[in-house]
Amino acid sequence: MSILSFSEATLQAMTEEMERDPTVFVMGEDIARQGGIFGQFKGLPERFPGRVLDTPISETAIIGSALGAALTGLRPVADMHFADFISVAYDEVVNQIAKNRYMFGGQADIPLVIRAPDGIVPGAAAQHSQSVEGWLMNIPGLILVAPSSPATAKGLLKSAIRSNDPVIYFEHKLLYPQKGEVPDQEYLTPLGKAEIRRTGKDVTIVTYSIMVQKSIEAAQNLAREGIEVEIIDLLTIKPFDAETIVTSVRKTHRCVIAHEGVVYGGAGAEIAAQIQQEAFFYLDAPILRIGTKNVPIPFSPPLLEYVAPKVSDIERAVKKALYREGV
Amino acid sequence: MGVRIKEFPNTFLELSPQGKKELLRTMIRIRSFETRVEELFLAKRIPGFVHLYIGEEATASGIMANLRKDDWITSTHRGHGHALAKGAQMNRMMAELYGKRSGYCKGKGGSMHIADFSVGMLGANGVVGGGFTIAVGAGMTAWMKKTDQVAVCFFGDGASNRGTFHEALNMAAIWKLPVLFVNENNQYASTTPASYGVSVSRISDRAASYGIEGYTVDGNNVVEVYNAAHTLIGRLRSGKGPILLECRTYRVKGHYVGDPEKYRTREEVKKQMEENDPIRRYSTYLLEQSFIQHEEIDTLWKEAREEVEVAVQFAEQEPYPSPEEALEDLTSSRQEVFA
Repeated sequence: MSILSFSEATLQAMTEEMERDPTVFVMGEDIARQGGIFGQFKGLPERFPGRVLDTPISETAIIGSALGAALTGLRPVADMHFADFISVAYDEVVNQIAKNRYMFGGQADIPLVIRAPDGIVPGAAAQHSQSVEGWLMNIPGLILVAPSSPATAKGLLKSAIRSNDPVIYFEHKLLYPQKGEVPDQEYLTPLGKAEIRRTGKDVTIVTYSIMVQKSIEAAQNLAREGIEVEIIDLLTIKPFDAETIVTSVRKTHRCVIAHEGVVYGGAGAEIAAQIQQEAFFYLDAPILRIGTKNVPIPFSPPLLEYVAPKVSDIERAVKKALYREGV
Repeated sequence: MGVRIKEFPNTFLELSPQGKKELLRTMIRIRSFETRVEELFLAKRIPGFVHLYIGEEATASGIMANLRKDDWITSTHRGHGHALAKGAQMNRMMAELYGKRSGYCKGKGGSMHIADFSVGMLGANGVVGGGFTIAVGAGMTAWMKKTDQVAVCFFGDGASNRGTFHEALNMAAIWKLPVLFVNENNQYASTTPASYGVSVSRISDRAASYGIEGYTVDGNNVVEVYNAAHTLIGRLRSGKGPILLECRTYRVKGHYVGDPEKYRTREEVKKQMEENDPIRRYSTYLLEQSFIQHEEIDTLWKEAREEVEVAVQFAEQEPYPSPEEALEDLTSSRQEVFA
């Protein structure tokens, strides 16, 4: 094991995959000269000349040309700078990339990764703080993943690059400097498989990305009160690992879903719907969802504090699911 | 940089006798296919809606005669002519228009998504201006793999107003990608005349904004289109960077079959058909230069119509996909379908 930061782990994944396959390349804004705004591409252009490309500020052309390159024999990784800017290339993502394989009858594979740094950074306000997986949950053909640690960041990015289907890789900006253990030998984190971060008998928390850490913190606090929660780290948001979720909920009979995206119409809505379909008679309480309140991310610290999901929100929801007093 | 309209020879065609006839054959095959498709649509044999390439055959034929099988094209919603000229088979195209399983897209795409990746035809696109950036990506592949392949992006006058046009041309220009942007200026963006919706009188003038070459040719004179493409694609293969080529043509049929065409007069269309039909113009040229005999032209029409009829029979007889095939081909490895 080595101790790496989240951004170092993604850099290691890029390096290994670019070594392994000469058709892998990466393009985006400020990634070659600057090394990425979070340092996640540092040293890569020197190691792979001509395969780490600074682009103009042209999100539509970045994503669209990644598709063209993928269709003609390359494996592009397109960096979106901020996940929020996917909206600029929305047609390319939802009408071109997501539909290409299906509407042309499976004529071509689309080995393409969009790296999308997302999530709340204090002070970054409405257009640089979103978790946008909800925009894409409703689009057939896309695989959405979100690592929660350096180890999963590396393993998921490697799997995404090797995937023959388009993967959107959401990496939370606040996770980049965080350190954690990463195996020294080569490994892949499989797409579509969740991991159980903590076992417990009382309540299941289904979560991903930075909310995994907040859930673990909440679980530690709750344990002091004798409440044992089970934490499922989805890793792949779509198609999510329904089997692992349902198995857990059938055991605990209670479920809280925690993500940073807006609650209304967010990924949690689909997860909750599938749980009630598959485990309705096992449930002892309504499924509760934690996420951002239904407004854009505000700038001022007290406003942000009020709308963003917190550890205490998770704790409160778990207690509510258990019908404990004082919630 | 917007160059005068006749930069390229429009009467001298440096092609073998066989090459000259092949050019005519391609145009006649497209016309025959499209004419029959219109009949079949009106007879309700073909569902959905179709956009016909009638009157614009010289552009696809003249450009594609200069491409290799391993070159790529991106197409538009009016894509049948591009597919045929790039080498797609009529049988499988017609089957796709019918929605049959043996169609190119297994019945999932139809007219507006006709594609044959095996011959480098990367798809008709239902989003106007959707092909620009995809062509840039194909150009990137040639650039990064250091091959001499080229990508050709076909687009209309309406698409030249999309933001994708700007981003794609700029990106292709900074990296000197081998992409030929072929504007088929057929005078109408759906119902909106180019004279109203496009800020310049020559779309090729827009090339100057990107520091690249731009040319305008008579898109209904296949000799001129061929000569321009021959010169410009040669420049692309030698790594000189992207070029914008405007082919002035005319959409003889409505935007789609059934279009009431309230935005133009019948006289305008009639005049174009009589004076500017690209097939008639090229046939006349070949006859006047004694490159072909009347009987040979008759044979080309006869053969094309027979080929179309074979395709129609094929499409009629092939089975529809079974309903559950609707859930296939979404991804390469898994069935990610939630019922």
